[in-house]
Amino acid sequence: MLRNPFAKPAPTRGILALYEDPDRLLNAAALAKEHGFEGVDAYTPYPVHGLSEALGIRKSWIPYVTLVMGLTGAALGLTFEIWTMAVDWPLNVGGKPFVSLPAFVPVMFESGVLIGGTMTLAALFLACGLPDLKRPILDRNLTNDRFGLYVPEYGPGWNEERILRVLRGTGAAELKVLRG
Amino acid sequence: MSELVAPATVAPEPLIDPSKSFADVNREVTAPLERKPGLLWKVAFGAAVSLVLLMACVLTYQFRVGLGILGITHPVMWGVYITNFVFWIGIGHAGTLISAILHLFRQRWRTAINRSAEAMTIFAVMTAGLFPLIHLGRTWFAYWLFPYPNYRFLWVNFRSPLVWDVFAVSTYFTISLCFWYTGLIPDFASIRDRSTGWRRAIYGALSLGWRGSERHWQHYERAYMMLAGLSTPLVLSVHSVVSFDFATAILPGWHTTIFPPYFVAGAIFSGFAMVVTLLVILRKVFQMEEYITLQHLENMNKIILLTGMMVGYAYATEFFTALYSGNQFERFTFMNRAGGPFFWAYWTMVTCNVVVPQIFWFRRFRRSLPVMFVVSLLVNVGMWFERFTIIVTSLHRDFLPSAWSYYKPTIFDWSVTAGSFGWFFMWFLLFCRFFPAISMAEVKSVLWSAKKAAGKDRVRAKETVHAS
Repeated sequence: MLRNPFAKPAPTRGILALYEDPDRLLNAAALAKEHGFEGVDAYTPYPVHGLSEALGIRKSWIPYVTLVMGLTGAALGLTFEIWTMAVDWPLNVGGKPFVSLPAFVPVMFESGVLIGGTMTLAALFLACGLPDLKRPILDRNLTNDRFGLYVPEYGPGWNEERILRVLRGTGAAELKVLRG
Repeated sequence: MSELVAPATVAPEPLIDPSKSFADVNREVTAPLERKPGLLWKVAFGAAVSLVLLMACVLTYQFRVGLGILGITHPVMWGVYITNFVFWIGIGHAGTLISAILHLFRQRWRTAINRSAEAMTIFAVMTAGLFPLIHLGRTWFAYWLFPYPNYRFLWVNFRSPLVWDVFAVSTYFTISLCFWYTGLIPDFASIRDRSTGWRRAIYGALSLGWRGSERHWQHYERAYMMLAGLSTPLVLSVHSVVSFDFATAILPGWHTTIFPPYFVAGAIFSGFAMVVTLLVILRKVFQMEEYITLQHLENMNKIILLTGMMVGYAYATEFFTALYSGNQFERFTFMNRAGGPFFWAYWTMVTCNVVVPQIFWFRRFRRSLPVMFVVSLLVNVGMWFERFTIIVTSLHRDFLPSAWSYYKPTIFDWSVTAGSFGWFFMWFLLFCRFFPAISMAEVKSVLWSAKKAAGKDRVRAKETVHAS
């Protein structure tokens, strides 16, 4: 099966609370953070605003990849143009200077966008551990109309009863204990 | 959620009916993928494939005997093929405008139409890309366009706009594809989770194992924003570079600094017209009227009106500059455009692009499906003739009167042109059949906002009742 070697193994044992709307999930996420549950994640059919703040997830580092790779691509493009046009085989075309900087701008720009864009996608794959077709799906409705809060099992001190007690008061449509 | 009722007062028209559930979105958007295609789809697909086969036959013949079968001859060495290239590249631009620029400006009405508009971009660039390749005398050496180490130790000339074009168009295709695919990943996951068997395996592979984890959404949203940010200057650069192909030549009619913004405005204009043409059909055939509403179409018609006036302004500026320049060659070229042997092409362009869209000043016509369908077709006819006018009328009477001639495209030119439409529609029809034509994830977020707005209105209505 196709699998990204950098993908972290996904936890398959834990408690999944399913909600019918994102507001209940947001409240539950804040509550879970308050109680100090470890490794809590949420699964939603679309990006819900405020959820990563509620869960205390750090901001993505992908924009730095775009910036650095975009600049690298542009620099590589320009270097390549100068090397081919002025160093490897300087050819006089219509009396123009070998290093015709204004004429080199379009290809420099396109190289920057090309490398910046493709590397952004590569960074997204790396960050999300894609592709990984073996990862189990917690609930089929999580990409449809359910908003899930997932508390994975995290070791000997894990107290299933306590977590269930906290989540019961959050208006979940369904509480599932996954022992996969 | 089902207890939510329609709002008592509708201040801005909602983009989607708030009484829909999230599951309705998945069911209705994926419905065309899960049922057998109708007769209309089959007939359309058959026609498109027939045109592609016709093009394949003509191109095989052309590769055997050469470009002499086409209408191009001295002095008109760029004809219908290059017209088609610029036309199709232009069509693609609206898709990127809708997906990237409207995303950055947080125009949420884009959510229902961005997927199909981006698909249109990809297929339009695939169509456009054919033309420079088949316009090469020896298409089998097309890879010479790229700089690669070769035994002749030669490099491409990076000072040439034609080389910039190679980089601009191939970058545009690659980045548009990345952007489109990024948007599709969560929707493929939705389809995977509602299907079984081979469908589940295929859409599962396409979704790459996406699960909708918040840790992943966090990265996803930032990456999507970055791609939108890169696509925005990219789309402006692509048509500017295409216009440099003409503007850096010394030919009167081409050698002008207005070309980059003029070409970009024209591209957005024709692209939006093509989006309207496609969506009017798509929403009818696949029953998407509740997602692609009259409001969406009206917004697009407003952009058509605006960009139509921008190209009209460019035509006037171009003409004025030619007359005011005092340059007799420049002046002759423009008088020849409007009153010479190709006057019919020029006036078709002006009528279709400047006069016809003025009908959209009236709200009634902006919201009338038959009117907008006809206008969108006419705009595309007009925009095709704009490129034809720029290319052919500038060339056919150049500096030496002894070389002047009239350009007559042959049956082979027209067959390949028809074939390019077949090629484009073949891909678009396949897209409608196998991919979700509306971004389900994005529509759901708009749906939730609509529900909240409706809920608030309901509360407000209750309060009013209590107060009275």
